Amino acid sequence: MAGHRREKYGELAGPRLRPRDLGTEVLAGLLQRPGRSALTMLGTVLGIGAFVAIVGLSQVASGQIGKQFNTLGATQVTVVDVAAARAHTPTLDFPPNADALVSRIHGVLGAGVWWPIIFQRATVSVLPGPGEQSWGMPVDAVSPGLLPASGAHLSSGVLINQFDESHTQNVAVLGQSAAAQLHISNLANAPAIFIAGQPFTVIGIITGDARLPQFNFGVAIPESTALRLWGLPNGQAAQMLIHTRLGAAHVVAQQAPVAIRPDNPTLLSALAPANLGHLQHAVTTNLNTLFLALAGISLVVGAVGIANTTLVAVLERAGEIGLRRALGARPRHIGMQFLAESTALGLFGGLIGSACGVVTILTVTIAHHWTALLDPRLVAVAPLAGGVIGLLAGLYPALRASALEPAEALRR
Amino acid sequence: MIVIPAPASQIPVIELSGVGYTYHGPPPVQALHRLDLAIRAGEHVAVMGPSGSGKSTLLNLVGLLDRPTQGRLLINGMDMGAAPERTRAAVRARSIGFVFQAFHLLPHRSAVENVMLAEVYADIPRRRRRAEAMTALERVGLAARATALPTALSGGERQRVAIARALVNRPSLLLCDEPTGNLDTVTTGEISELLLDLHAGGSTLLVITHNPAVAERASRRLAICDGRLMEYQAGGRGGGPSA
Repeated sequence: MAGHRREKYGELAGPRLRPRDLGTEVLAGLLQRPGRSALTMLGTVLGIGAFVAIVGLSQVASGQIGKQFNTLGATQVTVVDVAAARAHTPTLDFPPNADALVSRIHGVLGAGVWWPIIFQRATVSVLPGPGEQSWGMPVDAVSPGLLPASGAHLSSGVLINQFDESHTQNVAVLGQSAAAQLHISNLANAPAIFIAGQPFTVIGIITGDARLPQFNFGVAIPESTALRLWGLPNGQAAQMLIHTRLGAAHVVAQQAPVAIRPDNPTLLSALAPANLGHLQHAVTTNLNTLFLALAGISLVVGAVGIANTTLVAVLERAGEIGLRRALGARPRHIGMQFLAESTALGLFGGLIGSACGVVTILTVTIAHHWTALLDPRLVAVAPLAGGVIGLLAGLYPALRASALEPAEALRR
Repeated sequence: MIVIPAPASQIPVIELSGVGYTYHGPPPVQALHRLDLAIRAGEHVAVMGPSGSGKSTLLNLVGLLDRPTQGRLLINGMDMGAAPERTRAAVRARSIGFVFQAFHLLPHRSAVENVMLAEVYADIPRRRRRAEAMTALERVGLAARATALPTALSGGERQRVAIARALVNRPSLLLCDEPTGNLDTVTTGEISELLLDLHAGGSTLLVITHNPAVAERASRRLAICDGRLMEYQAGGRGGGPSA
């Protein structure tokens, strides 16, 4: 049938509307009422703008949280001696060379074992003898690697080293607060303290510890010395702190128990940091959902606005539609023209909205001295989303326009 | 039935045989009764009739804006009543030029751009459009106002732009629906002079009007009344009213 018709009317194949002509007509249609076009776009501008701003700002916030978090939590793994915690007798499942074993794992920057030594009474004093004043400050056994790994900041002297460890030296590193309590400020004369009656030489003072802040208030002594004097950990089980490279924490946590105790890794349990970024994300997601819902509503309002304006334009321009049909336009040409107009409105609205969203993100980040982060895909997709909204909004009016009878349209 | 035959030597530009049109109800109204009409190339035909007589319906059928409910409608020998819409659109674009009472100019486009609109759907290459539109404007004596917006033009000038738009694709038929209906007497005279010039230049015109002064100038006058078409008195051509 179609072929027969084509043959019969072959010379008069249907008129075409070139894409360039369509573009010209659409642009002329939009510019003919620039004020109305701008107002029609407003809903899409607001919706897309809000969408870009919300998604972008939540990315910025996540990045910001991640940045603060990176320096500490994300680079820390704790290995706990779980077998000792379950055991009824004092146990230590970390071998003496645990620091070295763990340091072989790729991504480990430093590692050390520590446990608190529990005494019945206040035990630290400056002078020997039972009658002297003593303080109940915490005393911890530490391996040589611990204080560097935990981020201790040395203010004077030196930290416990491998020599002290292997020769079970009676040396101690004081936290700044502990040193102040004990009135020790100058290490030139190698001051001594007494822990449960045992003399120790103070070799260093630290002003702070990033990961184990309690060390600021206590005394750290070599692991081997603690074992020699007071035996295995009898209160809280020993644990190892590992400082990793950024992003390596989870892998290191998987490998550390096997590296330390290849014979029985289950004695130990490694705790990788909870991903605070995700945690924070979960908190802000509820708020973002609300804002995204608002953005969605304004997009719907924008779409309804475009649909409404286009429908009004169809009714208003009935005469023009009739004229175009009389000049040889086919129904589909009319439909395409109105559909393209509404799509262009959505697309322009989306472009302007994306630009506004990006400006909002920049303004907020600059005001807070944050680092602006933006997924380029978002900037590419947002205007297209506006175009799709315009397209959908234009479907019904375009259908109405193309179904208009030319003879009737010309009478209006 | 009235038969208005055309000379057999030539394929008529328009040929209606037994064409009728019924508006679907309720109640159904027969706007045109089976009518026959042939218009040859180069004719200047005026159709007169009171409002409600079926003038507009006839124009819509001849202009392919509507399809007859009965009979055959041939344009340049091709049956257009049953042709697919795209063929009818192509014939409208290339073979028929419309002139409306209400001008139907796009208000935000200049005179020449309004003329060029007709070339968009006739598939004229873009680079030729402006030159051809200017030629058409020259033919109606309006080349000097080519860049003026319709709002800056007088009624007569607007109708000239509309006529230029109808002429630009060199149609085989110029279809004028009350071309002077919105114009004063002086301007009406100018426009009917212009139509005469176009006829003298070889255009085929079908003018629907109820202005006797415009109809008088046509070489052939028809009257339509209650959906029936008849040759006007003193027309001298074809059969007179019968039935």
